[in-house]
Amino acid sequence: MGTTQLLFWLLSALSIFSAMMVLISKNPVHSVLWLVLVFFTISGHYILLNAQFLFIVNLIVYAGAIMVLFLFVIMLMNLNKDAEPQKSIWMKLAGAISGGSLLLIFVSVVRSASEMQSKQALLKTGNIGLIDQLGKTLFSEYVIPFEISSVLFLSAMVGAVAIGKKH
Amino acid sequence: MIVLAFDFALFLEKLILIAVVIFGSLGVALYTTFAERKVAAILQDRRGPNRAGPFGLLQPFADGLKLVFKEEIIPNTSNKTLFIMGPGLAMTAALMTSAVLPWGNKVELFDRTIALQIADVNIGMLYVFAVVSMGVYGIMIGGWASNNKFSLMAALRGASQAISYELAMGLSLIALVMVTGSLSLKTIVEQQMLPGHLWNIAYQPLGFLLFLVCAFAECNRTPFDLPEAENELNFGYHQEYSSMKLGFYLFAEYVNMFISSAIMATIYFGGYDIPFLDESKISPNIAAILGIGALMTKIIIFIFVFMWVRWTIPRFRYDQLMNLGWKKMVPLALANMLLTGAIILWLQGK
Repeated sequence: MGTTQLLFWLLSALSIFSAMMVLISKNPVHSVLWLVLVFFTISGHYILLNAQFLFIVNLIVYAGAIMVLFLFVIMLMNLNKDAEPQKSIWMKLAGAISGGSLLLIFVSVVRSASEMQSKQALLKTGNIGLIDQLGKTLFSEYVIPFEISSVLFLSAMVGAVAIGKKH
Repeated sequence: MIVLAFDFALFLEKLILIAVVIFGSLGVALYTTFAERKVAAILQDRRGPNRAGPFGLLQPFADGLKLVFKEEIIPNTSNKTLFIMGPGLAMTAALMTSAVLPWGNKVELFDRTIALQIADVNIGMLYVFAVVSMGVYGIMIGGWASNNKFSLMAALRGASQAISYELAMGLSLIALVMVTGSLSLKTIVEQQMLPGHLWNIAYQPLGFLLFLVCAFAECNRTPFDLPEAENELNFGYHQEYSSMKLGFYLFAEYVNMFISSAIMATIYFGGYDIPFLDESKISPNIAAILGIGALMTKIIIFIFVFMWVRWTIPRFRYDQLMNLGWKKMVPLALANMLLTGAIILWLQGK
């Protein structure tokens, strides 16, 4: 077992554990922090795949920006145990069964997809996740979708400012 | 079965480098607190601390001991895990940036060439930015876990300040990256060392100014030191903290100041480059030592500027701070980015 493999198992175990903790934690602030850890471990996988740009963008955008917004909202919402709606045991059971079936479907799709079969992850090689390669691909092959999505983001930003200005 | 097959010498070398950088940052930060008091004293025509040791040089240790031995109070209604985690996170985020900074070129020891940089990643600049955006967690978690309304409001205030100024900081960095064409801090320094190539400050004066102001805001330094506004805003997110946990929050500010000075020296002022000297002509070891000296000199000058401003300019009001951040810094940074792009295109077209 090489270093890469050891790191892979360590990161995978940690990401699954923290993803479970996101669901199990009673305190929503704890859930957000566990989710930040999930993003860190997934970013670690990007490093193993030699996708350094994806690694850092995942951290900046998700762990650094979106999760901070989550934290802002949750901290201001004044959540406590009394206000939490109590669900019956049957509801919880139904939720567990339907969620479990969805997980099974996801796993089987990933295992049987024709694009996935007989393919190996490129560890430490491959350059699609490096910044120059990604930039060239985005601005040549996918330039129109890229520009359209950036206009979409801009309109969302303008919309947010417009909503904020009303008061 | 080989469990871990890697170069143990490299591992050891990096471990020593990490230890040196971390303890070096902490040591510099320790004496920055002393320098701050001395500079304040000079600017206000006082003597400053002069009792502990010769010239008061042992003062930071006395302060540290005081903080360690003070009674530690954890509020009863606080969230204990997060309350303890908060200062640790603030300190970790402050120290993490140093991993990608090139502290010198390379030294040759025991037949090995040792690069004086912990990790030369090709996304160094983005790494710095990511760590800066992580710094918000220490503030928010500390403020929230204290379970005190004042702390919470102050945490939100501090976090929104950090987020607002991160934006202009990122935009000014984009303009710099357009000039350098590389995100690796090592490459950026080497470019500036090339003969006939000026330091990046010459190509990005406005960008540097914006970055400097944002660095002040990110380090919570005057004129952006709202967490210290005790009489009008009821202190900051660390209101409930005492003893060394408070010390960690305050100390993280000084580490941040050291690291952001190092970043500014590296990306705008040539890093370990010595002006008017061709480093390739002298032996690499001497060049490395001189380079570290040059970088430290630049850092110390920046730290002095931080203090100079602190004891000269009064604090902003909160609405003024937000106005400056969103209505002046961000448009200026955008204009700087557009102008840089236009000039680069024009020069390429010629």
